[in-house]
Amino acid sequence: MSELRELYQEVILEHSKKPKNFRAIETANHKAEGFNPLCGDHFTIYVDVKDGAINDIGFQGSGCAISKASASMMTQMLKGKTETEAEGIFTRFHDLVTGHAGDGQDLGKLAVFAGVSEFPLRVKCATLAWHAMRAALNGDQEAVSTE
Amino acid sequence: MSTVAKFPEKIHVASSYDVRKIRKDFPILHQTVHGKPLVYLDNAATTQKPLAVIEAIENYYRRDNSNIHRGVHTLSERATEAYEKVRVAAQKFLNAADHKEIIFVRGTTEAINLVAQTYGRKNVGNGDEVLITAMEHHSNIVPWQLLCDEKGARLRVAPINDRGELQLDEFEKLLGPKTKIVAVGHLSNALGTINHVRDIVRMAHARNIPVLVDGAQAAPRMQVDVQALDCDFYALSGHKIYGPTGIGILYGKTKLLEAMPPYQGGGDMIASVTFDKTVYNRLPYKFEAGTPNIADTIGLGAAFEYLNQLGLEQIEQHEADLLAYATKSVEAISGVQLIGTAKEKAGVLSFVMEDIHPHDIGTILDTEGIAVRTGHHCAQPVMQRFGIPATARASFGLYNTREEVDALVKGIRRVQEVLG
Ligand SMILES: Cc1ncc(COP(=O)(O)O)c(C=O)c1O
Repeated sequence: MSELRELYQEVILEHSKKPKNFRAIETANHKAEGFNPLCGDHFTIYVDVKDGAINDIGFQGSGCAISKASASMMTQMLKGKTETEAEGIFTRFHDLVTGHAGDGQDLGKLAVFAGVSEFPLRVKCATLAWHAMRAALNGDQEAVSTE
Repeated sequence: MSTVAKFPEKIHVASSYDVRKIRKDFPILHQTVHGKPLVYLDNAATTQKPLAVIEAIENYYRRDNSNIHRGVHTLSERATEAYEKVRVAAQKFLNAADHKEIIFVRGTTEAINLVAQTYGRKNVGNGDEVLITAMEHHSNIVPWQLLCDEKGARLRVAPINDRGELQLDEFEKLLGPKTKIVAVGHLSNALGTINHVRDIVRMAHARNIPVLVDGAQAAPRMQVDVQALDCDFYALSGHKIYGPTGIGILYGKTKLLEAMPPYQGGGDMIASVTFDKTVYNRLPYKFEAGTPNIADTIGLGAAFEYLNQLGLEQIEQHEADLLAYATKSVEAISGVQLIGTAKEKAGVLSFVMEDIHPHDIGTILDTEGIAVRTGHHCAQPVMQRFGIPATARASFGLYNTREEVDALVKGIRRVQEVLG
């Protein structure tokens, strides 16, 4: 039970119901799709990079509470960060949800995703948008798939 | 202190069907998950195995293991006899005219691929058509797509209505001179719809088109009579009828099977081999190349015996009662919508919840000990038809109870509580 509350924290539920930056970005110079064929989650991530930094970032699509909240909070976290910083945050976030890191305090608000590590089947949900963001920055054309 | 009975005593016993006693036959059911009694409602994915099946496999390896159709020694004779006895049991289970019409395969998927790659490659050509329905499992779509791609043929899809029923009139219109084979599911795993196979066969046969029936979900839930259906092929999976994984059955009419080229080459499927010419073995061995899955075939035999003892009719009645009860109970929860409301349904209750993704439903139900499937159920076109990414699906088996349906309903309310 408490595990469930850890997973579905208020912040996560709020973001899943009212996601931030839930929009396509006209000026985006990077874009990628993330797709989980198992559950049908599907997001498009838009990134506008200016002088090596993320000037604007948004997303569209549909998915479960975890994947949607994660996408929403990712966009908040990454706005204004350099591409290198984004890569570092990706790695730390990934470690957090797979249980390879501490409590995620260095990740600020994203620490609420620590509970995901107790639900291995949900790691893909939490990281879907992140993989897509990375693919967008790397300019990969193919849709990324979590399978 | 007196305790209140956990469940009101409203256990429905269909005449002699004693579900409490039956549950004792399934060791796996008696465990807790996340501290709650396991409520296994994922029977459309795979069913649990009665002790009789588990023991049959173990006994085979302990006593009889050896290769079949080859040795003259005692063990080989015993194994061969046990293996061939299952073919006869399968014949009876499906009421096939002859045991030669029973081909052992890995499962429904392999059965359909076998027909597509043998009958299909021989009879479907450039410009021809293969007709399926909009409610098929991927395993009754993709093998035909592969065939059509190879041959320059066209895959046609008969539509379904908003209740998830096949539109028979539209189906009939799609039958034409170019249609070379029809492939339909008997019971939809995503929607629970029962298809009117007999009518479908009649329409197709009127135009001399053979019909393959995907019986993966029907075989465990209703009495199947391939002669009464008059279908040309029938495919099923052992693991969905309380038998082991890795074994399934393809039924085919003798006349068709005899005219088909073999599927795979190897030992057992030949009568004689020289480098110039190989003469294929007679039916059914022509389609069973190499050492088969002997142990699981024998396990499947035990499953047939178990099902015969309970009686498919009794099982069908028990599950019909459960489904009706579950439909009524789940429908009554506000914010829940059923997907698949065909007039004739069995075994499957698919649903979606307002503003809640099926994946989240699945996780929360799991913490309550309830196993359901969430996702597209290998039927993405069905999801597209209903404009949803996925559903949550409870599917019933012969050992499920009304109390377990009550637990599901409680679980769904818990989902609303946690995510509301
Ligand atoms: C309707 C239907 N057809 C085919 C299959 C494929 O069965 P198998 O994976 O055992 O080959 C399934 C199993 O999910 C099914 O439900």
